[in-house]
Amino acid sequence: MIKVQNLVKTYGQIEAVRDISFDVQQGEIFAFLGPNGAGKTTTIKMLTTLLRPTSGTVEIDGLDASKHQNEVRKRFGIVFQDPSLDDELTAWENMDIHGALYGVPRKLRHERTDMLLKLFELADRRDSFVKTFSGGMRRRLEIARGLLHTPKILFLDEPTLGLDPQTRNQLWTHVQKLNQEERVTVFLTTHYMEEADRVAQRIAVIDHGKIVAQGTSAELKQRTDTETLEQAFLALTGSSIREEGAEANRDLRNMARMWRKN
Amino acid sequence: MTTIYILWLRQLKRYVRSRTRIVASLGQPLLYLLGLGFGFSPVFEKAGQGSYIQFLAPGVIAMTVLFSSIFSGIELIFDRQFGFLKEMLVAPVPRLLIMVGRTLGGATVSIIQGLMVTVVCVIAGFRPSLSSLPAALLFLALIAIVFTAMGTAIASVLSDFQGFQLVMNFLVMPIFFLSGALFPLKNLPKAMEILATLDPLSYGVDGLRSVLIGASHFGVATDFAVLSVLSVVFMAIGAKLFSRIQL
Repeated sequence: MIKVQNLVKTYGQIEAVRDISFDVQQGEIFAFLGPNGAGKTTTIKMLTTLLRPTSGTVEIDGLDASKHQNEVRKRFGIVFQDPSLDDELTAWENMDIHGALYGVPRKLRHERTDMLLKLFELADRRDSFVKTFSGGMRRRLEIARGLLHTPKILFLDEPTLGLDPQTRNQLWTHVQKLNQEERVTVFLTTHYMEEADRVAQRIAVIDHGKIVAQGTSAELKQRTDTETLEQAFLALTGSSIREEGAEANRDLRNMARMWRKN
Repeated sequence: MTTIYILWLRQLKRYVRSRTRIVASLGQPLLYLLGLGFGFSPVFEKAGQGSYIQFLAPGVIAMTVLFSSIFSGIELIFDRQFGFLKEMLVAPVPRLLIMVGRTLGGATVSIIQGLMVTVVCVIAGFRPSLSSLPAALLFLALIAIVFTAMGTAIASVLSDFQGFQLVMNFLVMPIFFLSGALFPLKNLPKAMEILATLDPLSYGVDGLRSVLIGASHFGVATDFAVLSVLSVVFMAIGAKLFSRIQL
């Protein structure tokens, strides 16, 4: 379903992704793990046509992602790592725009919106502006939105960041259900190893832009001679803390907020 | 069609909800109208040019549409900063349609702003011919489309607001000041005349002036033709740059 060959992305001198290759089979839940700044998000951006690779190819459902962008975009849904909601709209409106963009017929769109808002316990806030939402509520809305249309592939980039255990459980249960009942292929990244262990059938570990190990959770543990996936992960990637690229956007975001106070 | 409509609607909703923006946007035109309009009125009349308020009002209306349109286009940077741009860019619809929807939404907002300022102008003593309103609306729409598309094009290549001030000071303000919004284009120094001829807004101001008060420099047909061509050109440039955005 996803076929990545010799994928490279460089920004000037910095090599964010260095020659990675992997396959994800149809109907599989595939976890892509790595420390901060390892190249996970850059890879996802290339898989989802947001970023052009420096070299290498990405095939989604047999289609070259850099040549057939629109066809490829029809095949996946994504929950981003950082916010992608419109603050000035209500929860319901955010869902509705998404559904319209993805060509979900109006009636179905409304039904599914109601169902998902209920599932992620946002139903009573459906007409509140997103700017009044807490961090956790925003995450939940992002996830609900990502599930509005039923794609062939679902990308989840650290979807559970900042969520309480209840919501996490809700999310993974729903994702597993989609995977089993509708054969949705899932490509996820997370920092919670026990989540990856629970849901993922196969795991790839990326570090410094390179894939350092691939296999099932059991294989990774066996290979590193460890008990848990967390230990296996640390054995593979070392225990030093990574420097993450400074978030240059933060200042600007604050500045932008200043501009549109109301 | 749904894509264009839903993104058009989004721009409109955002506008209607930001009351501060609506009120704030009336401030500057009002200042120009009162400060310049009444300030220069005696001199203008002595020079035998008739009422300055009559002359200035179409210029102020065009200015409002210019600023509002550029801002609507540049708002794309907010979408980038707040993340909604990602949501639009991964959507399985041609980016051309996304750009068109956003631009038409922004242009609609600018037209509304322009109409509000027209009302303010009338209150201040501006007397346009009422039968000219449909034609004036057409010119407002053309100005709005040209500059919203220009704003979108600029915002597609800027990644943050650092460049915004640059755009304002070296592009938008010159476009306004050289357009003949404030003074007649007749008998200008040669260099100034050339600049005014190259300025897209000149044709907008002139078009509005010719339909609203019956005074024209280029001729209303020229104004219409130039603006129509420019709206297509800028839409094309904007769409091209927008569809090339990478995140």
